Amino acid sequence: MSNFLLGVKLNLFDLCKDCLTSAPVSLVWSLGFALYSGIFEIMKPLPSAVLVLTDGTILVGDGIGAPAKAVGEVCFHTAMTGYQEILTDPSYTGQIITFTFPHIGNVGANGEDIESADAAAPTTAGALVLRADITAPSNYRSISGLNEWLCERGIPGIAGVDTRALTRRIRTKGMANAAVLHDPDGISAEAIDALLQEAKACPDMENQELAHQATTKDSYEWCKFPWRQERAAGSNAAFRVVAIDFGLKWNILRCLKAQNCHIDVVPATTSAKEILGRNPDGVFLSNGPGDPRATFERVGGELKQLIESGVPLFGICLGHQLLALAFGATTQKMQQGHHGANHPVKHLESGKVEITSMNHGFCVGRDNFPGTLEETHISLFDNSNCGFQARNKPVFAVQYHPEASPGPHDSAYLFARFHSLMQDIKNGNKARA
Amino acid sequence: MPKRTDIESVLVVGAGPIVIGQACEFDYSGVQACKALRREGYRVILANSNPATIMTDPDLADATYIEPIVPQTLAAILEKERPDALLATMGGQTALNTTLALANDGVLEQLGVELIGADRKAIECAEDREQFRDAMSEIGLESPRAAFARSSEEARDALERIGLPAVIRPSFTLGGFGGGIAYNRDEFVSLTEQGLAASFVGLILIEEYLLGWKEYEMEVVRDKADNAIIICSIENVDPMGVHTGDSITVAPALTLTDKEFQIMRDSSIAVLRKIGVETGGSNVQFAVNPENGRQVVIEMNPRVSRSSALASKATGFPIAKVAAQLAVGYTLDELKNDITRFTPASFEPTLDYVVTKIPRFAFEKFPGADSALTTSMKSVGEVMAIGRDFSSSMQKALQSLERDLCGFDEIALPGGEGGDVKNAVRGALARTTPETPRLLAQALRLGDEAREACDACGYDPWFIDRIGEIVDTEEALRSNGLPGDADGLRSLKVAGFSDARLASLCSMEESEVRRRRHDLGVRPVYKRIDSCAAEFEAFTPYLYSCYEQPVEGLDACEASPSSKRKVILLGSGPNRIGQGIEFDYCCCHGAFALKDKDVESIMINCNPETVSTDYDTSDRLYFEPLSLEHVLEIIDVERRAGELLGVIVQFGGQTPLRLAHALLDVGVPILGTPVDAIDRAEDRERFRALLGKLSLRQPDNAIAHGAQEAFAAAETIGYPLVIRPSYVLGGRAMEIVHDRSHLERYIDAAAEVSGSSPVLLERYLADAIEVDVDVLCDGEDVFVAGVMEHIEEAGVHSGDSACVMPPHSLSGEIVAELERQSCALALELGVVGLMNVQYAIRNGEVFVLEVNPRASRSIPFVAKMISKPVVAIATRLMLGEKLADLKLAAPKLSHVGVKEAVFPFVRFPGVDTVLGPEMRSTGEAMGIDRNFETAFAKSQIACGLHLPKAGGVFISVKDSDKQAFIQPAKTLTQMGFSIIATGGTARCLSEAGIEVETVKKVLEGRPHILDAMKDKRVQLVFNTTEGAQSLADSLSLRRAALGMSIPYCTTRAGAVAMVHAIRAILDTNGGRFNVVSLQELEQERTGQNVLK
Repeated sequence: MSNFLLGVKLNLFDLCKDCLTSAPVSLVWSLGFALYSGIFEIMKPLPSAVLVLTDGTILVGDGIGAPAKAVGEVCFHTAMTGYQEILTDPSYTGQIITFTFPHIGNVGANGEDIESADAAAPTTAGALVLRADITAPSNYRSISGLNEWLCERGIPGIAGVDTRALTRRIRTKGMANAAVLHDPDGISAEAIDALLQEAKACPDMENQELAHQATTKDSYEWCKFPWRQERAAGSNAAFRVVAIDFGLKWNILRCLKAQNCHIDVVPATTSAKEILGRNPDGVFLSNGPGDPRATFERVGGELKQLIESGVPLFGICLGHQLLALAFGATTQKMQQGHHGANHPVKHLESGKVEITSMNHGFCVGRDNFPGTLEETHISLFDNSNCGFQARNKPVFAVQYHPEASPGPHDSAYLFARFHSLMQDIKNGNKARA
Repeated sequence: MPKRTDIESVLVVGAGPIVIGQACEFDYSGVQACKALRREGYRVILANSNPATIMTDPDLADATYIEPIVPQTLAAILEKERPDALLATMGGQTALNTTLALANDGVLEQLGVELIGADRKAIECAEDREQFRDAMSEIGLESPRAAFARSSEEARDALERIGLPAVIRPSFTLGGFGGGIAYNRDEFVSLTEQGLAASFVGLILIEEYLLGWKEYEMEVVRDKADNAIIICSIENVDPMGVHTGDSITVAPALTLTDKEFQIMRDSSIAVLRKIGVETGGSNVQFAVNPENGRQVVIEMNPRVSRSSALASKATGFPIAKVAAQLAVGYTLDELKNDITRFTPASFEPTLDYVVTKIPRFAFEKFPGADSALTTSMKSVGEVMAIGRDFSSSMQKALQSLERDLCGFDEIALPGGEGGDVKNAVRGALARTTPETPRLLAQALRLGDEAREACDACGYDPWFIDRIGEIVDTEEALRSNGLPGDADGLRSLKVAGFSDARLASLCSMEESEVRRRRHDLGVRPVYKRIDSCAAEFEAFTPYLYSCYEQPVEGLDACEASPSSKRKVILLGSGPNRIGQGIEFDYCCCHGAFALKDKDVESIMINCNPETVSTDYDTSDRLYFEPLSLEHVLEIIDVERRAGELLGVIVQFGGQTPLRLAHALLDVGVPILGTPVDAIDRAEDRERFRALLGKLSLRQPDNAIAHGAQEAFAAAETIGYPLVIRPSYVLGGRAMEIVHDRSHLERYIDAAAEVSGSSPVLLERYLADAIEVDVDVLCDGEDVFVAGVMEHIEEAGVHSGDSACVMPPHSLSGEIVAELERQSCALALELGVVGLMNVQYAIRNGEVFVLEVNPRASRSIPFVAKMISKPVVAIATRLMLGEKLADLKLAAPKLSHVGVKEAVFPFVRFPGVDTVLGPEMRSTGEAMGIDRNFETAFAKSQIACGLHLPKAGGVFISVKDSDKQAFIQPAKTLTQMGFSIIATGGTARCLSEAGIEVETVKKVLEGRPHILDAMKDKRVQLVFNTTEGAQSLADSLSLRRAALGMSIPYCTTRAGAVAMVHAIRAILDTNGGRFNVVSLQELEQERTGQNVLK
């Protein structure tokens, strides 16, 4: 018996050290394995992070990032690079991102790969779920580790989770609501219960209007070029573009800047009158979070006026969905959504395939597609609509992200296309996108 | 754009024999291409000289030519078959170079053959470094500072501009052969000369050496509609300066931000467009300066490559298959992703795991070779491992190497014991060798000060950190012992520690660790390689193991074993000398046969180059190390449903045999030959008893457990004798010992090789003929599949010796006696499946040298010779069928086949090329024709030998051979060759009436034979030696011959055969041989069209 006690004592000591749970096992081995492991069950340290799905699935792991809590819809993202861009993309507002690639954080964090305001950003992903622990960074551009960066931005996360099993769960049963809690002091069973209740209380993404949370409060002018680019390409004429911010990614603005556009970013609440009052050569409708129908209820009228005005319009992601709704199309919630940097899209006119960056949980329905619109792009993964142009208006839009960041640059031509559309209209050509 | 209808037939060109830099990955790609093209309805003509490949199986093509991959024979095949198109991008550099020569000669144009995949312009632009550099600068991509040189003078000029250190790369060579890094002027001069000699076009590139830069590779596939996708990014763990083939690599790239990655992606697609690779796969290599991210393009291959095989296995995207389909006109969006079935091939695979590749080296086979890794590739094989993170992937890869490693096993770090530890670490790590990862781990064990010096290895700090974590965990384990709780143990398994490694760290037995792990319920789960990170359902059971924290309600394991009857096949692991593609051939055929018999085939292997690790070769594929732990866990999972009939261990060479006992011990049925038969054949005492029982002879031999015993035994047996340790493959540490002092040297070294195990001494049967016999046996009946006579005398390892089938000098009685003995052995051992016996015949007497109750290296050759699916039959016998029911007719051969070995000596400066009992060949080629002479000539040409048609032949042979060389010398003079010989040989030959020019030996002063060779007056060398001294004296000749590509024969029988071969070449208008397909041969023999 004394051997046994000694063993337990040593084990408790080790547990306190929170290192590899270990012990002079030979001491206790002879006394019966069941008893020994039984003690361990009781003494098991509390987890420092938990992810709870509304169906009661509980994943425990190691806390990363800020010691905080986040509630939202859990989705998965299959890109292997670009976590910093993803984590600063306002389109993820209200979501918890499961990264399918196990090593996230290898290249640390820098001040350039940022897609939205770099101060504390409440309007990006609520939390992240990882397979492997965040490591010390290794990249010449890194200025801090990902963990510190997450802390600064107040984003909690959980590591050590079987992200693939979770991804398969999302694939088969859809994006559930969930809650993540990171508490370095350990999370008790009661806290987990409470977390489950919070997850259950979280409203569904469907019908949620989030763009007005993510949008800028004030108008501003954008002056920056894409990474490692110092001037606009070619001899493009300078055009004035008003970009409506529904939660936009900065790289869209950088790409427009590279087309020699003068860019004014305005809040989602800006009226059509006010926008047209700025005398734009074109208006851009940005990406953003939430259910497009909910946002359309608030901005639909203004959008219809913009379309009527004949000003060239270009929409990306939520902007694409809003324009589609304005032309009478429908949108619907997807089972697992599209979140990745490897999605093939077919450009119907040329037959060419673009590998694109995608991030959407809603899509434009292909049934009852309005006759005023012509479908230009489709997803080769599931044939969902990925782009259209208006038949009688200078309007076009894509569901995916030609600005990449992260992701391939295959679709960058769309910014040039926007520029030439503006040029055509300016030249007085018949309006057709 | 659907497939092209304007072409009907395609010639697919293979890569020829396995050599360093060109291994079985091209069998894998060729097989995929043939299958894909035939499925599309094209007539496929296949040319490859390597009989051990699956692609040369007659049912993979409509016409299969086992012929040398040289312009002359390819032209003959083209003339005969008149295909519409030629696909050269599946057969490595050999196929590309040969095809380019045909294109340049105008043969393709003349015959109206279109190059598909990559055209002449694209091949030239990618392969010619000067054109390539210009092309890169035209599209605004940077390349390293560089200059071209066609002569030593030009090289010296270039040096002024580029500076040292500089990389010297010859144009148009394989695996960077002939290149290197020059750090000083002397090295610069010798490397430029070596490079100029090695280059196909006498052109070298001298390039700024990007010291400390990192190397990346992008695998790109492009179709004719200009859709381009990146299949995989690969990051080299080893820094620039180590050939990619010799580098440890990981996929995907782990230390690039998305911004940098996308620039690299854009650049690689731009490169394909610029070079003009219109369809198919290519790889583009980049160097990146870790200080500022500057990217430069290093090179591109306009064809599928070793890395495409790796990328295919790493992602599940079948690059070669898709490339073949694109070559005939499809576009990517028209093709489906096999794994997800519903999504198209026009996407970029995304991984949710980390893949690590570690090359396998064979320096132990080449004493005196420098093990430093440079720009010239030296590895003979590779392993790949899949893990959920880098640590587990890396540790698995180490376990896969078949080097008895169970992880980062300790290794002695010279000078690490004390003194200036930092310097010791720098010294050990500055030079990259195969041991660098372990040395790095060892350095990390030496404490903080040593850690500071670890960046000398040139690895990215991220990788050093991960290995540091592993080492730290090991230290904790050493002091705390193995955790007793499930979470603690699981966290170790998550990090990839093997049971064996945990056991050694905690001073336990591996079985004890396993028992505790099982008691705690810590078991692996299996995930699928699905190309899409689980975004879509995967229909292919391509699996790897990992450990995950279990979650109630989540399904972690995707193995889903079927309820079928099933058999597990254990593969052969990494290619190495002595265990190559032949065993993979056997494993694949085992899987095919099981499929035919409606038994589920389950493959376990870890070699990314092979056909066996293609997900559609077997029903289920586990990409795992062939260690007991991993195999047992898979068996356990597979037993959860269906009926596991057993495990096949006799096809994968030595690797699976090693596990046979342990599997048997835990009650896993082994199919076929009882495991004890292996023991009876391998254990020398039991072997002696076996032969005694059957009244068969073996050379006088004895087992010695110590030095004194060995000396005493040697006196009894007499010199020369063959000495070797027990349980070896490929003749490891086997040597012919001529006298006592030689024996002493061997005994001194032997302790290292075989530990405390005894050594066997055996009478060396000088001048005996060696014979290999392969048989099939069901325990009751025996079918003799093949009797092969070796060309070289006994004493040359059977894997290194050329052999001929049917035997060309043995009498019918001897062959009958060999068959009788083989049958007796097979029945006595209870063989069910395959068995190989090696014999020596001297003066009509038969001696048994060795019995291998398993598939042998010669099986694919035999199968091709007799047109019978030997391995499939063996598999059926293992499943219980009887030979009597299969009614196999004894093979009647209307043709002669010669199998010849190829050697990698050219990559190991300073190593002696003389053949001996230690196997050193990397691969083999086959020549088929109506007579021995032509078949032999074809085999030589297929191995890259340039047999002269005229000129001088140098003959210097040992006394006992002198008479035997008179006839060959006469024949040579009759054919117009002049004979040059040294003293004794010259006297002997001129006494026989042959006109001989006498030349001095090197020791006799100048001008001597070396001068004659350098003057290009010698086109062929026959040199047989006796005794250590004459062997040493002639080393410089052999190296010189190797350097100047002069054929050099070190055996009497080989020389005689070579003379016959030269006659055959001269008789056929300089080698315009008839080409004949396997299908024609079979048709001739049976009147039937299909080989089965």
